[in-house]
This record gives sequence, structure tokens and C-alpha cells, in this order.
Amino acid sequence: MAKAIQKKNSIVHNRLFLPVMCLIAVLIVNLIQTPDFFHISMNNGVLYGYIIDIINRGSELVILAVGMTLVTASSGGQDISVGAVMAVAGAVCCQILSGGEVSTNTLAAPIILAALVGILVSGVCGAFNGLLVAKLHIQPMVATLILFTAGRGIAQLVTKGQITYIRVDSYKTIGGYIGKCPVPTPVFVAILTVILVSLILKKTALGLYIESVGINGAASRLVGLNSTMLKFITYVICGLLAGLAGIVASSRIYSADANNIGLNMEMDAILAVALGGNNLGGGKFNLMGSIIGAYTIQALTTSLYAMNVSADQLPVYKAVVVVIIVVIQSPIFRERMAKRKIARKAVA
Amino acid sequence: MKKKILSLMLCGMMAMGVMAGCGSAGKKSADKKSGSKDGTITVGFSQVGAESDWRTANTKSMKETFSEANGYKLIFDDAQQKQENQITAIRNFIQQDVDYIVLAPVTETGWDTVLKEAKDAGIPVIIVDRMVDVSDDSLYTAWVGSDFYAEGSKACEWLNAYATAKGVSGKDLHIVDIQGTIGASAQIGRTKGMDEAVKAYGWDLLEQQTGEFTQAKGQEVMESVLKQHDNINVVYCENDNEAFGAIDALTAAGKKVGGDIANGEVMVMSFDSTNAGLKDVLDKKITLNTECNPLHGPRVEEIIKKLEAGDKVDKLQYVDEAMFAVDDTVKSVKAKMSAGGEKDFDITVVTDDVISKRAY
Repeated sequence: MAKAIQKKNSIVHNRLFLPVMCLIAVLIVNLIQTPDFFHISMNNGVLYGYIIDIINRGSELVILAVGMTLVTASSGGQDISVGAVMAVAGAVCCQILSGGEVSTNTLAAPIILAALVGILVSGVCGAFNGLLVAKLHIQPMVATLILFTAGRGIAQLVTKGQITYIRVDSYKTIGGYIGKCPVPTPVFVAILTVILVSLILKKTALGLYIESVGINGAASRLVGLNSTMLKFITYVICGLLAGLAGIVASSRIYSADANNIGLNMEMDAILAVALGGNNLGGGKFNLMGSIIGAYTIQALTTSLYAMNVSADQLPVYKAVVVVIIVVIQSPIFRERMAKRKIARKAVA
Repeated sequence: MKKKILSLMLCGMMAMGVMAGCGSAGKKSADKKSGSKDGTITVGFSQVGAESDWRTANTKSMKETFSEANGYKLIFDDAQQKQENQITAIRNFIQQDVDYIVLAPVTETGWDTVLKEAKDAGIPVIIVDRMVDVSDDSLYTAWVGSDFYAEGSKACEWLNAYATAKGVSGKDLHIVDIQGTIGASAQIGRTKGMDEAVKAYGWDLLEQQTGEFTQAKGQEVMESVLKQHDNINVVYCENDNEAFGAIDALTAAGKKVGGDIANGEVMVMSFDSTNAGLKDVLDKKITLNTECNPLHGPRVEEIIKKLEAGDKVDKLQYVDEAMFAVDDTVKSVKAKMSAGGEKDFDITVVTDDVISKRAY
């Protein structure tokens, strides 16, 4: 019996407990409102259902949230340029594929090459952010504000202010389906990203180093960690991942829409990190938490569509739910709840 | 402390800058009426930017109309989507003492001050495309643009005529309306046209949801709507980008896109008629595409000529807009206009020839 209580306690106090509960709560509300929410079927040779939509549409956000978590942990600040960097990557990739044309039916370069160059350019954007934050000690919010505003301008410049269309079926693969595979490709991209990053973090000491730099940069330096380099690396990773997300987003619409790719995504990515129970002030982090946070946000958006919430009210509902989730996860609220529990126990 | 002083100084400098800006523009109110010294008319045109093919075509139309060969000197300014750039541009036009100012505003509000300056300087302002929301109507001379309500209403009249011709009754039309960005004048007009038709003809409007004029959102909304209703047979997209996204979502869900609504096809209707949009009409993916005409140049020139001759001009002027369809099931429709009254609109069947003529 005691063991069971202990086990229950360890589940409740697990850092993932609240994020998971929030996701489950959103899904349960859905189930009540839309009974066939969890219904998954095969349609036209592919998996079909709301849940599939959430997992598919949430892919870019998951990829972004991974990068954002690392940046947050190491520097105690956020990279608000990721949305714009996505647009840059999409623009560069499409421009290379089209060979400078506004719309094309033939590829001017191999897709792999164009995608890699796009991701590389976004890596350079990340390096620029990293330089400002790690080397010049500019506050992350301010440093990344530069690309937040300039990024879409750069993307516009690359695409000459037009939407570049790549009307070639093979380019739709990244945002669509590989051959006859019933699972959308973005899901694989997201899963692979998560596996790769967590392997790097777990198998090397990088994860530990990042946490230690985030908790106390000066002390980490004294014990021999190159904290400047570590911070820089997290920004580069964040940039690379933003680029990857940008390629996926661009492939979905087989075009580079500099004005709209990744629009407002940076805020959702930061929110995902916060919903995942991570401290936005840096230090210890939990990658799984952020990923669950990302899917929670996407679940919220998809379920609001499913519930026929009219478009002009959508942000209001989203805000209300987010406020509730954030309040539940706040330290003060948790402390209060814990105290009440103890008080109740004392009475009993 | 240092930081505080620094920020105070910066604030002070900014305030001075603002005042200086006002002062220089305010002083200049020399009343000068269209001085055509050597017969050329100088026109200052402040354009929003170059965000879409539509916009590029709009700019091109202006540049071609107000060419030197036609006796004009055009000062063109690209505002890169920023209102402050447009305000600066207008002030520059006033400084340069242009004869006419043409403004394609990025937003509706916030123009009172700068338009007052232009009025004080005696320069007529012609607004194109989007409307401005000013307290005093006399701040601009005329407006040229699309009648979005007429676009919506004629598209719906066409739908009614088409459905009747195909033997589908009004209550069997199950419609999804993918709206534009909520609050944009194009969205308001096109949605209103649909809403009125739904009431008038008893159509079954399943859903109205915004696609924010983008392909990605159009696709996402369509995906979601498809899961709630399996009887959709008409998708009314409020621009071409949304239509592209909706078509992708429909095809992915195994629906057949096309005009044969009596036999299970889902019909997609769209607006704008860009080159890519018309290609989809030719491929029978979009059944009706209602034009949003970007060629404002000739109409603006007409206004300027009238003003030069000292004639009065109408405050609101709409450009002519065509309708492009897959076939000639419906030859023409009679639809309501914003200004009141009804007008006949002919329907053009899309051919390769039509597309090759379309630059945007």
C-alpha cells in the first residue's frame, strides 16, 4: 500500500505529469464535443482522422520546440527569429529549385541539394544569433529581434517579393507522403529530429553541459566548460532546426511564401517550451515536455476547428485555454495546491 | 543611472525628430493648382510593396499608363508593406510639389494627418485598391478599386444558375466558405455576397472559416472541414491561394474536384483570377474564377484627365472585372452592385489564349 502511494506520488511529481495531463484534458474535451475525434480510418490509401491531423500539422512546431528548448536552457532566453528563419530556408530552397523563376514545372537542381543549402543558410542565421548572444552578451530577445524583423525581408529579397511555386510532385514528398506510405512524411521528419537530438544529448555530455551553462555560466566556465561555445552551438542547432521546419512548411504548399511561412510560429514554439514545464529562465530542461507542449498547442488549434469555433473568436479561446494551463503549471499555484493537500491530510 | 539618462536623451531626440518632421511638412502649404509648366503632369504613386503577382501587375499598370510617352512624370515609391514609409513618401511628394498623389494604402486607418497635409498643399489624392478610413471624406478626391461585394454576389448568382442548369436544387448545395483574412475588405464583400445568396436561395452553408488568404491555412481548414461533413459539394474560396490549398486537401482525401456536382464531384470556386488560378480552371480543378482586376492605371488616368479639364469626378469608382469559367453552361448573370442596382456580367470560358494574355 505504502509502495503504491509512493508510486502514485512519483508519477504526480514527475516533471512530465502536468504537461501530459494538459494534453489529455484537451483531448478529453474533444472527445465529449466531437465523439468521432479519435476515429482513424484509411482513406484514399492514407491514414485519415483528426489525430493524424494533429500529429502531422504539429511536426514543424515539434521541430522548432526542440531547438527552442536547447536555446532556452543554455542562454535563459528565447530565439524569436525562428519563424522568419523558416521563411528564409523555404525561400532559398525554392529559389534554387526553380532556378530563379517565379513558377516552375521542372527542377533546376536536386531537391536534396536545395534543401541542404536552405538548412545551411538557416544555420548561418542561427550562428549570427549565437554570435550576438554568446560572444557579445546581448540579451537573446534583443539579439534575435534583428532577424525576427530582417528575416522576412531577406526571404522577400531572395524570392524577389513573389511567391515562388515549385509545381513538381517530388518536391511535395517532404510535406506530403512518400510513395504509398500511409503516414505523412512530416511525422517521420519530426520523429527523426527528436531521436537524433536526444541521442546527441544523451550519448554525449552535451545535454549536461547545456544545463550547467544555463544554471550558472560563470561557474561552468570555472570548472572548464567553454560556455560561450556551448551557447553558440545551441543557437546554431536552433537555426538548423528552424530551417528544417521551413523546408517542411514550404513543401506542404510547394512554394515559398515569404510573408506567411512560419508566421507567429516563434510564439507557439516558446509556448510549447513553457507548456512542457520548462523554466524559461534557463537551466534544467526536458525535451519530452516541450514536444508534448507542441502537440498540445496543435491539438488545441485542430480541436477549435473541429468544434466550429468561428474564425474571429479563435484566438480568444486559444488564449483562455493557454492561460489556464500556464496558471496550473505556475510554481505558486502548485505550492498552494500542495499546501491544501497537506492541510486536508492533517484534518483527516 | 547612465542607462536612464541615455534613454531619456534618446526619447528627447525622437520627440524632436517627430516635431521637426511635422514642422517642415506643415509650413509648406503653398497653394498651387496643377501647374503643368511644360505640359507634363507629375504623379507621385505610393505603392504597398510587391507581395504578390497581383500587386506587381498593379504597379506595372500604373507605370505603363503614366509613362513619359503619355505626357506624365511618375515618381514611384515602394513602401515595403510599411505605413510609415508611405507617410514619408507622401510628404516627399508634397515637398516635390507633384500635381497628383496616388496612394495604394497598406492599411485603412491612420491617414488623417498626412492626407490633411496634402489637402493643405492643394494636391488631389486618388486612393487605389484598399479604402482609407478617414474622418473627413474631402481628404481624398476619389477612390478606384474592386467592388468586392459585386464579385461575391455575381459568383453566387453564377452558382445558382449553374446548379439550376445541372438540375441540383438549392437545398442540395452543401457549401463550405473558406474566408479571407477577417476584416479585409475583400473578405467582407465576398462573404456578404455568399451570406445573402444563402438566405435568398436556401443553400446549405455547412461552414465558414478563415483561410487567411494563404495556401497553407486553406489546406488546413479544408482538411478539418472534410472530417466533419461528407456531403460537401461546393467550396467557395475567397482567393486563389486558398483554392490551391483546398484542392490539395480535397484530392488527398480522395474527393474528385470538378464541376459535375450532380455526380459526386466537389466544385471549387475562387477569386482573383491570377495566371496560376486560371491554369487550374483550364485543368478543370476550379470551376469558376471571378476576377479581381489589378489594372487600375487607365481608370486613374481618366480621373486625372477629368480633373485637369476641371470636371467633377465620382468619389467611388469601380474597375471592370470579368468572370472565368470552365464551360459556358451559364453565359451571363445579373448581380447586385455595392452602389446599388444590378448589372449584367458575361462569363468568359478559359482557353490557352486567355491565360497567355494574363501577366500576373
